[in-house]
Amino acid sequence: MIHLKNVEKVYRTSSIETLALSNINLHIQKKEFVSIMGPSGCGKSTLLNIMGLLDAPSQGTMELDGNPVNNFQDKALARLRNEKLGFIFQSFHLINDLSVLDNVEIPLLYRRSSARERRLLAQQALEKVGLSNRMSHFPRQLSGGQKQRVAIARAIVGRPEIILADEPTGNLDSAMGNEILSILQQLNSEGATIVMVTHDEAMAKRTHRLVRLFDGSQVL
Amino acid sequence: MLLNYLKIAWKVLLRHPFYTFITLFGITLTLTVLMVLTSFLDHLFGAHYPEGNRNRSLYITMMMQTDSARESVNTGPYSFQFLKRHAKTLKSAERVSIASMFGFSNSYVGGKRIKLNTKFTDADFWHVTNYKFLEGKPYNDQTIAQGERVVVITDDLKKQYFEESTESVIGKTIEIESITYKVMGVVRGGPPTRVYTYADVFFPYTAPKSNYQNAGMRGGYQAIVLAKTPGDRPEIQAEYDNAIRQIPLPAKENGFTFSVIVAKADTYFDGFLRTFLRSDNEPNRLAFYGIASLVLLMFMGLPAINLVNVNVSRMLERASEIGVRKAFGAPSQTLLGQFIIENIFITFIGGVFALGLSYLIIYYINSSGLIAYADLTINWVVFVTSLGVCLLFGLLSGVLPALKMSRLKIVDALKA
Repeated sequence: MIHLKNVEKVYRTSSIETLALSNINLHIQKKEFVSIMGPSGCGKSTLLNIMGLLDAPSQGTMELDGNPVNNFQDKALARLRNEKLGFIFQSFHLINDLSVLDNVEIPLLYRRSSARERRLLAQQALEKVGLSNRMSHFPRQLSGGQKQRVAIARAIVGRPEIILADEPTGNLDSAMGNEILSILQQLNSEGATIVMVTHDEAMAKRTHRLVRLFDGSQVL
Repeated sequence: MLLNYLKIAWKVLLRHPFYTFITLFGITLTLTVLMVLTSFLDHLFGAHYPEGNRNRSLYITMMMQTDSARESVNTGPYSFQFLKRHAKTLKSAERVSIASMFGFSNSYVGGKRIKLNTKFTDADFWHVTNYKFLEGKPYNDQTIAQGERVVVITDDLKKQYFEESTESVIGKTIEIESITYKVMGVVRGGPPTRVYTYADVFFPYTAPKSNYQNAGMRGGYQAIVLAKTPGDRPEIQAEYDNAIRQIPLPAKENGFTFSVIVAKADTYFDGFLRTFLRSDNEPNRLAFYGIASLVLLMFMGLPAINLVNVNVSRMLERASEIGVRKAFGAPSQTLLGQFIIENIFITFIGGVFALGLSYLIIYYINSSGLIAYADLTINWVVFVTSLGVCLLFGLLSGVLPALKMSRLKIVDALKA
């Protein structure tokens, strides 16, 4: 499903060059639930960003469903992100000026779906994460756990095949963290491929496979 | 999707009331000036009372006589006889009116002096213009031929001369420059900005001091040619050009020998440009349009540059939103569209305020008497032009920040 070959990522400024990822080779199978672990600054989020087409590798290739995407233009990448990928961020990244329902609808805005269809799908996604009673609330009126559930609803509303979660439980207490992980496991059991960056060993153990990174390299 | 954009734009406006005030104040002020200016230009060049037929009229107002090297030039209005011979005879026109440029005169009532603007006209003047007769009727060819001492006056002169009389003044007499005339009609006056039709008192051209019998080419008269339709005007222009070409040259007038005559039947705006530029040269006209466009662009451009900065700050606050939208599939182009739409939405809110403010300013100009009979309005032409200006202003101040923000890297935007 996702195939990284000899991926390297270098951040350059006028005076400094930082190697964030080096020689990453990773193959994520369909319906897998993979966690990525490692100390802060080891390149976990960079790796997830490359897998999510949010950033491009400096070297190496990234394939999605067997197609190399390195040379895709903005429009084609946007379409792939919209149709195949869903993101969950540690700090939720909800738009405070929009209601819960409007936030969840965002991925559908960039498809040819009617307002009615968008509303229906967003409602279904919110029901799935147990927030059907908070649709007209605004993010500021929600707790951290509720915000993350809205973020999950937004990630799954377009029914993407892959969900990329960057420390989804990082800002939550352990009970809420467990609840979020349970939702992710449920989504995985329904067929979604999930890649999750985490610091939490216990959480990582509940996934199918663990990838460890250290100083930008895979630890075998 | 549009509703989603507008919701966001509205919420962003409410987020920082002071920022919003500054933004809207700038937009409103700029658009108000542009709307009042548009209204004033419409007042000057549009088809309004008493020149409601301006859209199908041609104006023959100025003749230029020059030598072949164009070193010596004589410019001025025409003589009555010249226009009678070359304009009045235009076959393709519906009607042609000859009238003098407005002159000055005095009248006295109860020892008080009344300054008058006077005009000598033929009978067709009342058909080519659409002056509204409040009392009486216009003079006709017969009245003129018989040399009757009659006048048509404006309602304002009636008020001044007949001291607020509410009764009809038709048949009463008015003394102007020691000559007594009978009032034949009272019209609603027009503004002095319509120089070819404006006057306080209208005399038949056979009245004393009209100089209508002067034999030369130049004098104090102009003609307004009414076409059947606006589309007929080029044919009339060609016919008039042909008539001018038949004039034997070189010729001599008041001791000046000239071999070139520039005499045109122009639309009102072209005539204005010809007088303004004193040239019928195409590059000069293009330069005029170029400079006018540049001035307008600068006038909008400077506040727009200011707004660009404000907009960039406002949009930077929304970097995270841009990151999220891009992560979930928004192409840069779509985001560019979103920010431009939002900016146009805000500009239109400013436009609504500007419209209200413009109404107040126009009301003040109309009622203050700064321009007699001023009839500035916000009609459809002004409104549609204002909408266009809003759109242009919104684009000018929105495109650059939108372009900058839509090109943000997703990872950078999410980190912001």
